[in-house]
Amino acid sequence: MVYFILKRMFQSVFVMLAVAFLAFSLFRFVGDPITQMTGVETSVADQERLREELGLNDPFVYQFARFTGDMLKGDFGFSYRTRQPVADMISSRIPATLELGVVALIISLLVGVPAGVYTALKPRGVLTQAILMTTLVGVSIPTFVIGIMLIFIFGVQLGWLPTFGRGGTVQIGGWESSLFMIDGWRALLLPAITLGVYQLTLTMRLVRAEMMEVMRTDYIRFAMARGVPMRRLHYKHALANTMVPVITIIGLQFGGVIAFSIVTESVFQWPGMGLLFLESIRFVDIPVMGVYLVVIAFFFVLVNLIVDLLYVAIDPRLRIKDVS
Amino acid sequence: MLTIKDLSVKFPSRFGDITAIEDVDMVIKPGEIHGLVGESGAGKSTVGAAVIGLLQSPGYVANGTLTLGDTDLRTLTPDQAHVMRGDRISMIFQDPQTSLNPLMTIEDQLIETIQAHSDVSVSAARKRAVDLLEEIGIKNAAQRIKAYPHQFSGGMRQRVVIALAVSTDPELIIADEPTTALDVAVQSQVLDLIQRLAKERQIAFMLITHDIGVIAQVADRVTVMRKGRVMETGGTAQVLGTPKHPYTQALMDAVPPLDRKIDRFQVPEADEASRDDGDLAENWLLEGQQHDLTGLSLQNLTVRFAGPRTSLFRKPPHYVALDDVTLNIKPGSIMGLVGESGSGKSTLAKAITGLVTPNAGTMTLGDTALPFGKSRSRHHPSRQLVQMVFQDPYSSLNSRHRIGDILTEPLRFYGFVKDATERENLARSMLALVGMQPDAITKYPHQFSGGQRQRIAVARALLARPRFLICDEPTSALDVSIQAEILNLLKDLQSKFGLTILFISHNLAVVRQMADETAVLRHGKIEEIGETDAVYTAPTAAYTKSLLELTPVMPTSWQA
Repeated sequence: MVYFILKRMFQSVFVMLAVAFLAFSLFRFVGDPITQMTGVETSVADQERLREELGLNDPFVYQFARFTGDMLKGDFGFSYRTRQPVADMISSRIPATLELGVVALIISLLVGVPAGVYTALKPRGVLTQAILMTTLVGVSIPTFVIGIMLIFIFGVQLGWLPTFGRGGTVQIGGWESSLFMIDGWRALLLPAITLGVYQLTLTMRLVRAEMMEVMRTDYIRFAMARGVPMRRLHYKHALANTMVPVITIIGLQFGGVIAFSIVTESVFQWPGMGLLFLESIRFVDIPVMGVYLVVIAFFFVLVNLIVDLLYVAIDPRLRIKDVS
Repeated sequence: MLTIKDLSVKFPSRFGDITAIEDVDMVIKPGEIHGLVGESGAGKSTVGAAVIGLLQSPGYVANGTLTLGDTDLRTLTPDQAHVMRGDRISMIFQDPQTSLNPLMTIEDQLIETIQAHSDVSVSAARKRAVDLLEEIGIKNAAQRIKAYPHQFSGGMRQRVVIALAVSTDPELIIADEPTTALDVAVQSQVLDLIQRLAKERQIAFMLITHDIGVIAQVADRVTVMRKGRVMETGGTAQVLGTPKHPYTQALMDAVPPLDRKIDRFQVPEADEASRDDGDLAENWLLEGQQHDLTGLSLQNLTVRFAGPRTSLFRKPPHYVALDDVTLNIKPGSIMGLVGESGSGKSTLAKAITGLVTPNAGTMTLGDTALPFGKSRSRHHPSRQLVQMVFQDPYSSLNSRHRIGDILTEPLRFYGFVKDATERENLARSMLALVGMQPDAITKYPHQFSGGQRQRIAVARALLARPRFLICDEPTSALDVSIQAEILNLLKDLQSKFGLTILFISHNLAVVRQMADETAVLRHGKIEEIGETDAVYTAPTAAYTKSLLELTPVMPTSWQA
């Protein structure tokens, strides 16, 4: 068990190093950092001096080691655009994106899992067909169109919910949260739904497929033959076995939700990391882009590690070794 | 008492209803074990499913009456039927590996079953569960009950399954192939248990199986089914001893006896393709015998696998699959290799074919040493001389290739025949030689039955012009009558072409019919080796004796 976790963490280190390398290459080789930092009036001598000071003439390996070392110390460099430390910029944006992602995930699970179970148990029901049709439409429409449609209906036509920004937020430590104000929740709802729709459909279809598979297994048929009450059979026996593969995909997708919240954030002008990334692209703010890459990769690695641990928690076969 | 009258079950399809079983009558009294025997597709399991009300959708009971005691099972609402399941009728499935929920402890599964049918507290239910496990033969049940299914061995798991089925004191238990997935030693324990439960608790058992030996050993009465209909029914001794129906007789003829060797099984000769069609292939095989009869000798062969890693700093423990195995297969003879699951039979086959790398020992084919595992080059002559026939013909043939492609592949691959038409003619002729229609060449594997596919697999192996054939459980996925045909075929081919065969099986009776010499393998070690007759009539190893004793057999007087 401990060995398993250590092995996973060891692998994660390599993933992070690979991503750091990409981020570094981006910083170092996409254009010349010196020309981007300095204006036309800087003399060539000054440029050369700057180059020497920043260590850009050092061998490649040195530079990469220094870059990684700085990252580990929490020194992420400075933004070209705002001249602020990148660490501060990113960390001030993380809460917004994380809250959006988590709420979107929760919505997708709260709706997706029960809907998946229902559609699996009543595969020929009218409601099942309706749900399947609707969700198919849901995934077929691009995210930004869904966002704009929601804004149009609930924001503009009905005027129930705000159409942009985070609404009221509360500062808790360094964390700016919108989860403690009615106003914040109102602002959060539309973007979270927009972001969660795809995940919801995926969860539902996956739960449905897995559940139908599980319902055909011998242990479910045996439980039927023993007269185990239906409710218990569906939720205790079948659903638990369904969740093992579902968790993997949901975990992988959650990393994706965080990463691809860019579109949703830009539609709703949600001040998260995605929006920051878009702004950075517009101004070729390479240090911010590089760090964004590393942070997102870190989330992926973290979520995967959590998924692996969840596996162990759910499945006794991984937890308890054979005694015989 | 279960009474079935005129039962018929239909499955609606686009082209009208398909009748799965028709006019089935059966009576099972309390405490009686009623065997239901037949080959695959006979509708045995459908009878069981209809009784317990778990027919696979969209199947339905079209006609007949099903009564348990005074209850008419057909008039029950789905809810009533579900309450009755477990309470009055329960079921045991074939594979104990898959019939328990892997995520719940044995305790949870037992308690929920007991509580579903009687209004007792958790602690009372637990007490009953522990008592039941003790009764069923699980020692230290109070602690073992906390375990998950994967912590039990196969036989113990089947005991747990039986405990679950019995936990609510049902009147009838439908046992669908309850011992098919088990080794003989465990099988005999489970059968004893079933007999004891029938006697002590007066539970009626419907014992569904394809194994006539099992029926002969435990069943009081037996019903023989074929293609959804009852052929014959009556007391076990009467039906199996003096069968009235020709089908029962044919079935009995196909069962390999354990106590003697018969030269050929009596099988109804189907209108096979004319033997002349096979001449081309026969001559081609005979002319290709530049190599003489080829024996195989294994000296001190040892294979170890790394076990699961338990610690960061210690090396994972070894699992010894083959332990110092020495085996000498004489040229042109058949060596039988028997053993229970996990004894290393298949590992031996894999080591010979170079799929597993042994850790020590030598292998000699004919008079050349066989390189181990990956060090054997892809063009090493043994890759052609040694061929293999696998257990499951459903997965050993590529389902996307035509039979023609499958059969001509070795001809092309080993460069035997350059011309495409010639290759195809040879493949056709080979099909005739193994008893199939030559026009099968344009079809796909799924268009054939299991027995036909196994014939194709044999044809494929022969087209490589092998001198040494490894048959790894070649008939254990097949019905007895098909098994008899395949065994006949293998015998014919062996004597015709002078093949040397390593015949691997867990079925002692089958090996007796095939092998000149027999080796008994256990935990990777050879327990006994010798002339087949000697091993079977006067076994020296205690393990061989117990294997022979535990194998269910029919009284000799029942056999023709």
